[in-house]
Amino acid sequence: MHSDGQKAPLALKLAAGAGILFLHLPILLIFVYAFTTEEKSYQWPPPGFTTRWLGVAWDRPDVWSALGLSLKVASIATLIALVLGTLAAAAVSRSRFFGREAVSLLVILPIALPGIVTGIALRSAFNLAEIPFSFWTIVLGHATFCVVVVYNNAVARMRRTSGSLIEASYDLGADGFQTFRYVILPNIGTALLAGGMLAFALSFDEVIVTTFTAGQQQTLPIWMLEELVRPRQRPVTNVVAMVVVLVTLLPILAAYWLTRDGDTVAGSGK
Amino acid sequence: MTAAVSFQNVSRHFGTVRAVDDVSLDVRPGEFFAMLGPSGSGKTTCLRLIAGFERPTGGTVSIFGERMDTVPPYRRPVNTVFQDYALFPHLDVLGNVAYGLMVKGVNRATREARAREALALVRLDGFGARRPAQLSGGQRQRVALARALVNEPKVLLLDEPLGALDLKLRESMQEELKLLQRSLGLTFVFVTHDQGEALSMADRVAVFNEGRIVQAGTPEEIYERPATRFVADFVGSSNVLAPPLVESLTGQHRFASLRPEKIVLSGAGAIAGEVRSHAFLGATRRLLVQTPQGALHVTLPSGAALPPVGTSVTLHWSPADLHLMEDAR
Amino acid sequence: MSTAALSTLASARGTGGFTGALSDLFWRRPRFLLFLLLLPPLLWLGIIYLGSLFALLLQSFFSIDEFSGLIDRTFTLRTYAQLFQPANYDIILRTVVMAMLVTLASVAVAFPIAYYAARYAKGAAKAFFYVAVTLPLWSSYLVKIYAWKLILAKEGILTWGLGKLGLLPLLDAWLSLPMVGGNSLSLSATGTFIVFVYVWLPFMILPIQAAIERVPPSLMEASADLGADAGQAFRTVLLPLALPGVIAGSIFTFSLTLGDYIIPQIIGTSRLFIGQAVYAQQGTAGNVPLAAAFTVVPVVIMGIYLWAARRMGAFDAL
Repeated sequence: MHSDGQKAPLALKLAAGAGILFLHLPILLIFVYAFTTEEKSYQWPPPGFTTRWLGVAWDRPDVWSALGLSLKVASIATLIALVLGTLAAAAVSRSRFFGREAVSLLVILPIALPGIVTGIALRSAFNLAEIPFSFWTIVLGHATFCVVVVYNNAVARMRRTSGSLIEASYDLGADGFQTFRYVILPNIGTALLAGGMLAFALSFDEVIVTTFTAGQQQTLPIWMLEELVRPRQRPVTNVVAMVVVLVTLLPILAAYWLTRDGDTVAGSGK
Repeated sequence: MTAAVSFQNVSRHFGTVRAVDDVSLDVRPGEFFAMLGPSGSGKTTCLRLIAGFERPTGGTVSIFGERMDTVPPYRRPVNTVFQDYALFPHLDVLGNVAYGLMVKGVNRATREARAREALALVRLDGFGARRPAQLSGGQRQRVALARALVNEPKVLLLDEPLGALDLKLRESMQEELKLLQRSLGLTFVFVTHDQGEALSMADRVAVFNEGRIVQAGTPEEIYERPATRFVADFVGSSNVLAPPLVESLTGQHRFASLRPEKIVLSGAGAIAGEVRSHAFLGATRRLLVQTPQGALHVTLPSGAALPPVGTSVTLHWSPADLHLMEDAR
Repeated sequence: MSTAALSTLASARGTGGFTGALSDLFWRRPRFLLFLLLLPPLLWLGIIYLGSLFALLLQSFFSIDEFSGLIDRTFTLRTYAQLFQPANYDIILRTVVMAMLVTLASVAVAFPIAYYAARYAKGAAKAFFYVAVTLPLWSSYLVKIYAWKLILAKEGILTWGLGKLGLLPLLDAWLSLPMVGGNSLSLSATGTFIVFVYVWLPFMILPIQAAIERVPPSLMEASADLGADAGQAFRTVLLPLALPGVIAGSIFTFSLTLGDYIIPQIIGTSRLFIGQAVYAQQGTAGNVPLAAAFTVVPVVIMGIYLWAARRMGAFDAL
């Protein structure tokens, strides 16, 4: 880059802009389809617009029960992931020990391996152990791959938090528990919250592992998958898809906002 | 008299690295004690051993006669001013200073009143509501000091507390710290790699190298009579004379130190040499003189007549100023 | 106030009691604290997860009795041999080729975005790019696939748009090709490919951006200073330094494509991918050993891939 420096070439601008459009236009399209009057096909342009499908979707008990199950699973899986992820992050970032790398690898593995591997592995383990499928088998699978999200957020923040803060707290007379409560938690709190929100979004949306661990239960993604494979009521699916976009949007934006200025929250005195 | 801090044959090994190797020392109550040495010499590890962040591999650390073997940091009667200050970013200045009292269960009104007193002591009245990020380096340093002092430690530990400040601020803080220590009558243990800082502030100095104390004494002793070549090199800017030269002068085959300001260009006991360069140092000028036995620094008052570069001079000093050191190799 | 007065001020709270004693223990035995911290996550991941993976691996060495349909729990490599039957081998080959093509296309689409975001976007624009990439990354996987079902449908927006531009004959010509074609885009391998690229694209952008951000601009200036033109500087300086990011991204795109069974099920032909084969074998066919053996394939491929990537320093860019 010469003195003309910071101006991007036009071709690069166009390519980057086109890429961003490519990422977003399909999702925006969902919002249009939620209001189409067409029931039987995916016709474009929509012959007309209506809000009546919102009401129809609202009155569907199967949608509500799937949504309820998804919310319950995501809440509990997130809680478990928060505890396990924070513990693992604390262990890995506060000390060096033999097998430290192995612990990181183990935490990352459930998301690094293809989802189908995690799914079928859990399913065959449930079969071998003769555990019947239930709400808890879904939670078990979700918590396993949600740990990594919390872990990553917590480790990143702990790395930025100066280690001498903890020593300073000890030095000023706080024991381990007081130090955790008054120094560590306030400094990693927003990172944990962000990690928890992402874990929630991940669990709320998960379908691949869930198909193997759910048995007869229907989470919202499973409900959607059925509709995608065998469309029964397209307009309702359109509305549900729009609601899912909106529901997952909030925690993602909140998580971004919480970690955005993490450096000023957790920076050392340096 | 019980020592404020006492090390008896203390070692701290990290794997095969001997960060602190069989160190014994006594810090007297009310003393300003400096631990001086290059980075990696073990001085900071010694401070961390006193604070309780490290545990000795061998030996005993005592504070006012009490063995600290099983005492965790939060139960020790010492407080630390950290090198990076380690102010809590999520608390305001008052919250930082009151932290130690808060965890001890002192009620809010009392601890805030005392935190304000401590802030006044370091001349930061009215800064209580600020966040550490809104303070300058010097102000942070004072907050760290107030945060430690408010707990009324028996010993205050300072880990390179002035290292992050610019030169001018550092000099004024040196005086301020010294005054504070006098007026409180507290024991200060101070870690630094800056020999000027150690000599100007401390009552006694321990010079560290490779995990051991190579010399401990008053600043005058350390400066005037360095025990080894390492001390002479590290403290001040002494000329170190090699054993053959020293032997020809004194009959003893050892290293000797000779302060540049002790050399004059006239008198008895001469070595001939040629002026190689000048450096202007404000009140003084430093000359580099090349002699057949090696290069020597000579410090002259700025007012004195200055031989031009390239001229031959003869160097003179009083035999009493030639200090023989322990090592011969 | 004297120290004695201070200690009387300190009430029963402070560092006494059970938590204080436990704290002392942790200080004296830091390994014990470490053990307690690691115990729950290791129990969970080590027993539930690794245990399951091991159970899966174990099953792949079992076989299925052709007549009874029951699982024969004796050690055999017969199930692995089945992977090399032409039908199964085709599935593996098809999936790997798709994963490679998807990875290459992702790099091509991702690079300009990552490069622009890392090099030219400042302040608010940078935050915009970050959100613009992470939002699709985290938004619903199924909804994204559903959106493409709408787009690629015969009556959908893409056909409509191409019709307006008069390019429909081109689309028909493409769809009539073997391998890549089909009845409509949503029933063709081309459709599967597009959706794969779309869904995994953010996983490619972020690591490349991170890698480029670590290249100091002065390095590019130095190379310009030494007489390299923009193109040469890009090829000889930036590209090699961004490569770890590309590899890190490709780990995601490759692994995710290998293991996915939902995208080809909804958008594409009836020809199976590894994920679908696994799903079918363990489900309707009831041949869990063969399903297990199939899943070992992506694991082994990813193992080799990760090992190679590690040697090229790709993990620093994650």
